[in-house]
Amino acid sequence: MLEILRDNWLLFLIGQYPYGPIGGLVMTLFMAIASLALCFPFAVGLALARLSPYRWLRLPATALVYVVRGLPLIMFIFWAYFLSPLVVGRPIGGVETLIITLVVYEAAYLSEVIRAGIEGLPKGQVQAATALGLGYWPTTLSIVLPQALHNMLPSMVSQFVSTIKETSLGYVISAHEVTFAAAQVNNLLLTQPFEVYGLLALTYFTLCFTLTSCARILEWRLTRARRQAGATRINVANIGVAVRRSEFS
Amino acid sequence: MIHLFDAGGVLEGRYLDWFAVGIGTTLALTAAAWCIALTVGILLTLIRMLPARPCAWLVGAYVEYHRNVPLLVQIFLWYFGVPSLLPRPARQWLNTHDGQFLLAATALGLAAAAYVAEDIRSGIRSIPKGQYQAALSLGFGYLGAMRNVVLPQALRHAIPPLINQTLLLFKNTSLAMAIGVGELTYRARAVESETFQTFDAFAVATVIYLAVSLGIMLLGAACARRLQVRAR
Repeated sequence: MLEILRDNWLLFLIGQYPYGPIGGLVMTLFMAIASLALCFPFAVGLALARLSPYRWLRLPATALVYVVRGLPLIMFIFWAYFLSPLVVGRPIGGVETLIITLVVYEAAYLSEVIRAGIEGLPKGQVQAATALGLGYWPTTLSIVLPQALHNMLPSMVSQFVSTIKETSLGYVISAHEVTFAAAQVNNLLLTQPFEVYGLLALTYFTLCFTLTSCARILEWRLTRARRQAGATRINVANIGVAVRRSEFS
Repeated sequence: MIHLFDAGGVLEGRYLDWFAVGIGTTLALTAAAWCIALTVGILLTLIRMLPARPCAWLVGAYVEYHRNVPLLVQIFLWYFGVPSLLPRPARQWLNTHDGQFLLAATALGLAAAAYVAEDIRSGIRSIPKGQYQAALSLGFGYLGAMRNVVLPQALRHAIPPLINQTLLLFKNTSLAMAIGVGELTYRARAVESETFQTFDAFAVATVIYLAVSLGIMLLGAACARRLQVRAR
């Protein structure tokens, strides 16, 4: 196992880089960060739309979330794979396709997390803001969202972990990330599939478990801070439910 | 160019058969993995409740592994890795007995078991200790208290999340296409590459996935409503 690591660590880490496209773990992380960052504004918009009093905003947003929740990610990847070249008018690589897919997919899931975070805030916050004469946008931007997003930091980290795991599906459309790199290594060695994929699993585990532990510590500190401040109880249970929805295993 | 949707072309003759086989395989995979998940999940919960500390750690490690490694990688490890460790006769048996399907079901089931164990545990945790103590003081033994007092209430809490797990499991079966199991996504790709009617082939699969998923979601919502205990 160590031998495999010694001979192929560069391939695992950056793919075929100087001689080919960059890939490996670096690409996995890049795709996860890029898609989460790009989907964030959409997710906030979707969450606000789902909580909006207007039906014409609420219904399409709800429908979108349900459609995304009802379909396997791989279906989205294939749709993006065939549709986005038609939309853009030129061939699109695997990495871009995967990022496009993940932006749509993650936006729906993240919007559920954000919605739970907003709903978990005490009603008094909005009422007080209204009483102070603030309109919808000032209330949302400077009262509701900062508090909700702060409370949701742990869920965001969990969402990041889900996204990292989802990038492994890039394999089916040959996006050069770490699972793809492992498959290449496996094809070179041929005789040690258990070791190669075990190494891959260990890589993912180390990365994701570290992040999950960070999320747990963050959550613990938030709870403690809240308890110490004696602040109005925020509905943590609600946020917990949303975290569990960040489902993909 | 995008042409108008015409499912007719991909929904006749042998393509219709392919889709039918695909749905059947997807459902069979879901059912098989679900049985494994429930059995192993209950076992894990029982092991975790044993008084010895290492038991809880072992189950914790199991859960963390399955939560922090992508499912596709787990499937690869089972499909490419595990057979290479098996003795030759076992490998031959797998080759002749639809090994892809069996190993995919194992990988999916064991991964889901980690989540199922967590769901059952949080169901049991949600029952106040007083319930168990009250049952003891009424003269129930451990098993009697568990069976008549704690578990019925715990399951009430665990059923909605378990239905949600079923939905996830159903969607995750699509990953089995990566190792060549002939389920719905795999068949949609096959139809697509034969007919070149990309949109129609994937639209059919999408509609089927959505229909089943929405059905499971509705079932989950109905169960959650029915099982809700009204606060007095």
